[in-house]
Amino acid sequence: MLIFFDPDLYQIIFLTLYVSGSAVILAALIGVPAGTWLGMQPPRKVRFLTLFIYTLMGLPPVVGGLVVFMLLSRRGMLGFLGLLYTPTAMIIAQVLLAVPIIIGLTSVAVRSKGKEMQETLLSLGAERRLILWTIMREARFGILGALIAGFGRIIAEVGAVIMVGGNIAGRTRVMTTAIVLEVGMGNMAFALALGLILLVIAFAIYAVLYRIQSGGSDE
Amino acid sequence: MKKLPVLLLLIMIVVVLGVAGCGDDGSSAAAKSSNSAQGRILLATTTSTYDSGLLDYLLPSFEKLHGVDVQVVSLGTGQALEVGKNGDVDVVLVHAREAELAMVHQGHYVDRHDVMYNDFIIAGPDSDPADLRQLTDIEEVFAAIAGQQVPFISRGDESGTHVKEKALWQKAGISPLGDWYVDTGAGMGDTLRMADEMEGYILTDRATFLSMQDRLELAIVFEGAEELLNQYGVMAVNPDNYSGINYQGAMQLIEYLISEDGQKMISDFKPYGETLFFPNAQ
Repeated sequence: MLIFFDPDLYQIIFLTLYVSGSAVILAALIGVPAGTWLGMQPPRKVRFLTLFIYTLMGLPPVVGGLVVFMLLSRRGMLGFLGLLYTPTAMIIAQVLLAVPIIIGLTSVAVRSKGKEMQETLLSLGAERRLILWTIMREARFGILGALIAGFGRIIAEVGAVIMVGGNIAGRTRVMTTAIVLEVGMGNMAFALALGLILLVIAFAIYAVLYRIQSGGSDE
Repeated sequence: MKKLPVLLLLIMIVVVLGVAGCGDDGSSAAAKSSNSAQGRILLATTTSTYDSGLLDYLLPSFEKLHGVDVQVVSLGTGQALEVGKNGDVDVVLVHAREAELAMVHQGHYVDRHDVMYNDFIIAGPDSDPADLRQLTDIEEVFAAIAGQQVPFISRGDESGTHVKEKALWQKAGISPLGDWYVDTGAGMGDTLRMADEMEGYILTDRATFLSMQDRLELAIVFEGAEELLNQYGVMAVNPDNYSGINYQGAMQLIEYLISEDGQKMISDFKPYGETLFFPNAQ
């Protein structure tokens, strides 16, 4: 029960939500429109691009982290920004991991819905932006699935955030990096408790998302 | 759906209580097939020992001598001691003297021996903003870093190195707190890289520092004080606690490390042109 009243733990939980929450929102802003566009193209035209996105969906987190690390490092291209070992760096790395998944799964969802709709809407003389918007609304179940998969990937990953964040106590320590540290210290029971708390948090977030989704379905 | 938050809270409480209830012995070592029957010795050691390459250099001749296979698991000090305590390995080689002696006292380990020592150094930016190079005393060094609030990068992972660092702060009568004190919760290599990026000071073992020196802009700014010595010990997992522990193999390995030949090999190990580990078995 002690861990309930530990301010450090609340700080870690809050930072986890802040980093992964910001990352999934940014990744959605990039990935959903891009995935919708991709899903509306004729498959043959974008075959290579689609395969490329699918490949990136399997990018090992530590490799994504390494790319961001090399950019933000003092000797890297963006070193002057001084972003390495900050929550912002962790968000950048997680966006990089989540975007391919959101693009890929959104495009699949749109592809299954989009064709006839697009033709119908075009024949009604709707403009491009309205068509995009309508198709996104129609495919929202699939898109929500894409967001859940993207969020699931980044809230659970440790390789990238430990690399660019550095697991600094009180500054860049999140649930997963705290778990790695506790295991390294031999505190297995506490590490497991942290893991279970992480699952409970994810459950709560998905419950909210689920509500939003079913709430929007009876318009 | 109004019940949802209540339900969640209930789940959380059950989960936390359940975990808190299983205490520290949540993992019990399942009886494993005997290592001795397979001619296999499982050795848990610390990342800093393993990364230096010492074991790759020492073990082949031992394996040939006894016709056994030593499998090395490299972990943090805390975890290495823990897996031994759980009977998942046969023998451990670590550097946390106090913790080792405590575990022997509690009956988890037997036959502990000093093997060798190496030393810690203070590394930092070449410009040496706190002027540590001109100091002669380790307490002055820590006082200067804290006084000028130059970033100090700590592993913060309860490793042998971190335990040593905490003892040195305590000796200097300083509790390091503030933005300048960065607790990374990472291994030696990662923490060195962070000190390099942040242009801060760091306490590191010499072996890891030398192995990474050409990729870092850090320089040694303080070394050689008596307090910076780092003692390594080897000990066997207590065979009375679990069945299937390869105690015989563990003892062969311990005797090899503290034998005259083993000790000489350790002092001859000079991957960067200088001795890294100084044998001192009694």
